[in-house]
Amino acid sequence: MSHLVEIRDLKVEAKTDAGRTVEIIKGVSFDIAPGEIVALIGESGSGKTTIALTLMGYTRTGCHISGGSVMLDGEDMATLSEHQRAQIRGTKVAYVPQSAAAAFNPSSRIIDQVIEVTRIHQLMPPEEARKAAVELFRALSLPNPDSIGDRYPHQVSGGQLQRLAAAMALIGHPKLMIFDEPTTALDVTTQIEVLRAFKSVMKKGGIAGVYVSHDLAVVAQIADRIVVLRGGEVQEIGSTLQILENAQHPYTQQLLAAFEPVPRSPDEAGESHIRWPLLEAEGLVAGYGPVQADGSPLVKAVKDVSLKVHQGRNLGIIGESGCGKSTLARTIAGILPARGGSIVFNGREMAADHRERSLEELKDLQIVFQYADTALNPAKSIEDILGRPLAFYHGLDKKQRAARIDRLLDMVHLPKAVKHRHAGELSGGQKQRINFARALAADPKLIICDEITSALDTVVAAAIIELLKELQRELELSYIFISHDLSVVSAICDEIMVMYGGEKVDELPPEQIGHAERHPYSKLLFASSPKLDPTWLDSLTPRPQFGL
Amino acid sequence: MTTTTLLAKRRRKLHIRFSAVGMLGLAVILFWAVVSIAAPWIIPHPVGTIVDYDYFGPVSSKFWMGTDYLGRDIFSRVLMGARYTVGISLAAVTISCTAGVLLGMIAAVSGGLLDGLLSRFLDALNTIPSQLFGLVVVAAVGSSIPVLILTMAVIFIPGAFRFSRALAVNINAMDFVTVARIRGEGVVYLVVSEILPNIMGPVLADLGLRFVFIVLLLSGLSFLGLGVQPPYADWGAMVRENLGGLAFGAPAVIFPCLAIASLTIGVNLLIDNLPKKIRDRSDA
Repeated sequence: MSHLVEIRDLKVEAKTDAGRTVEIIKGVSFDIAPGEIVALIGESGSGKTTIALTLMGYTRTGCHISGGSVMLDGEDMATLSEHQRAQIRGTKVAYVPQSAAAAFNPSSRIIDQVIEVTRIHQLMPPEEARKAAVELFRALSLPNPDSIGDRYPHQVSGGQLQRLAAAMALIGHPKLMIFDEPTTALDVTTQIEVLRAFKSVMKKGGIAGVYVSHDLAVVAQIADRIVVLRGGEVQEIGSTLQILENAQHPYTQQLLAAFEPVPRSPDEAGESHIRWPLLEAEGLVAGYGPVQADGSPLVKAVKDVSLKVHQGRNLGIIGESGCGKSTLARTIAGILPARGGSIVFNGREMAADHRERSLEELKDLQIVFQYADTALNPAKSIEDILGRPLAFYHGLDKKQRAARIDRLLDMVHLPKAVKHRHAGELSGGQKQRINFARALAADPKLIICDEITSALDTVVAAAIIELLKELQRELELSYIFISHDLSVVSAICDEIMVMYGGEKVDELPPEQIGHAERHPYSKLLFASSPKLDPTWLDSLTPRPQFGL
Repeated sequence: MTTTTLLAKRRRKLHIRFSAVGMLGLAVILFWAVVSIAAPWIIPHPVGTIVDYDYFGPVSSKFWMGTDYLGRDIFSRVLMGARYTVGISLAAVTISCTAGVLLGMIAAVSGGLLDGLLSRFLDALNTIPSQLFGLVVVAAVGSSIPVLILTMAVIFIPGAFRFSRALAVNINAMDFVTVARIRGEGVVYLVVSEILPNIMGPVLADLGLRFVFIVLLLSGLSFLGLGVQPPYADWGAMVRENLGGLAFGAPAVIFPCLAIASLTIGVNLLIDNLPKKIRDRSDA
């Protein structure tokens, strides 16, 4: 048998709480050769993780494999008993989860968790296992490989933890590794190091892999073949180069197209009009913890940041997690009152605390949060969620509200029937549209979008960006668009501000991206953003050092 | 067969799933509720009158649950006792949970000084053992039904407060509350419209549990002679006054115990199996 994995006509079914059966995976077949890395790519709900989990003979609660076979090294994972599967898991097939931080037990040392697999399967004595683990740490280019295992999970960074999770999976010498979106939660600059470590270890050990992701550019760096999934069915299978350069299926083409959003044309930006500054912030200081003697907070998350947004223009704020970009958004919105500096909005100075702002100011400045799941009250219908700002700011009665809600839903391209549903019954993209429609309901002048596309799939995110642009043309809005994704920001913004360590390090128009004359951190950030080119990762020079 | 499919159809229309165990619990509670309302009209003998010359009489066709230590009809007394046990407990649990949950949510939403003051005050109240607190209050003010209800309510407010505050603090940290807050909404809207609907499930479960505690505490107080006063008696008091019959295996002790058990188990069955809304609407 030449293939390590042969999946034939795999079907997975789930039962809903009404007792209805839904087919999640509808007859999927593909093979994986020894040492080959196959990527499963598709939007959320496409079944990519479900398929990856069946390779371990596992399905999520409420689901079961209803047909087909999953042959792994000559054994059908679909029909084995739970006991037999347990023998195979960890030794033949291993799993690296999306969030390593949630996968580690916070109360025991990393090394003990890494070598746990060898203890369960009695592969080698603990001393030997420890040595093997340290070798793996070294191979994954972790800092201080000899001592990092003695730390607790919260004492290492997210990127390191992700590599440690890979070490945990590798220690049983599996023939197949399953990576479930391992870099999705990481910054672009960290992502590079993790990807590079994964790639070298896999190549060296000749281990086959399944790489689950929705990010085509990341997949392009690591996978030999790509399986494009949608709605539980295989849309297209091909080698990485083939998919990237000669995609046949319309959905794959859509995925590729979504990766390169159309930049805002100068015409759209409306250079011809005279623009006045809508928001001017001067020397903003904000942070957490008790206030010190000099009036600044103990931990400063935003240090002396100034920015200016012109009416009808968009400002993008970009930087890695922890750089203070979200705190800056919350400071402008008054959720976290600024400890220093001033905010002038629409020609008038605005109070730092939202409680001291007028209703008019609150109405004109709306903020849209990253996670639509938590930003929409799960106990209310969409109608109630959208109706409240209408009643609150504009005092509309029931009939006027209903008409306005229909118009709002129309604006964000959702069917009217949606208004009777609850947020939990909508897809991620639909929720984000509602989230945005609620901000629109206030009739604002400026909307702060805090990473609103980060939790969405590429195709859906591209659609949201298009929607924002379209609404801007119609409603004369301005946006402050916060993201860590460079392509998204450059697609919608007229001006980009780069933040690092709570400070503004650079400000540039999108045409200047990749320009040699910029700040070293901007250059690093722009260089770290993955390209749709399989050779991109290998051609990168090691992380350029820079100090601030 | 047809009725079951009809029922299933109707249930699907309501988008609610209600397990048989939960329905059993609800049936027991409804039964006692009806009994407590209808008791004066359905009791075969007046509760205070001695109807049998024998005391601790056995189960007979005339006295369905035997007679007590004075020869009074236990069946009638159990039916009447439901009024006190169910009524007092229900009133007390309503007051304590309403007050506790509202205060808890307000504390969570307001934060700061108000939160600190409320929390510490109710913590202090919590440190007093409930039985002892009941004893002292009833001994000082004297036992009457309003006093019992209020005492019981006060005893259980801190628990409801802590519970709802813990839940509300989590909801309060969610983005949708932040959104409402920067919309300029007041505390009342935040509490009633944003937070309460999201903690309703656990709060109801907690209410059911607290109801059981109150039934038991009331029975305990009555057992000590501080609850409902003779000739009327709630179930706990009936257990106490007939305790002497335990040695004779008298039904007078057993039936009130069974009544307490059935009510508390019924409430627990219901709160563990509350009707669930079905969110899968594809057939709608």
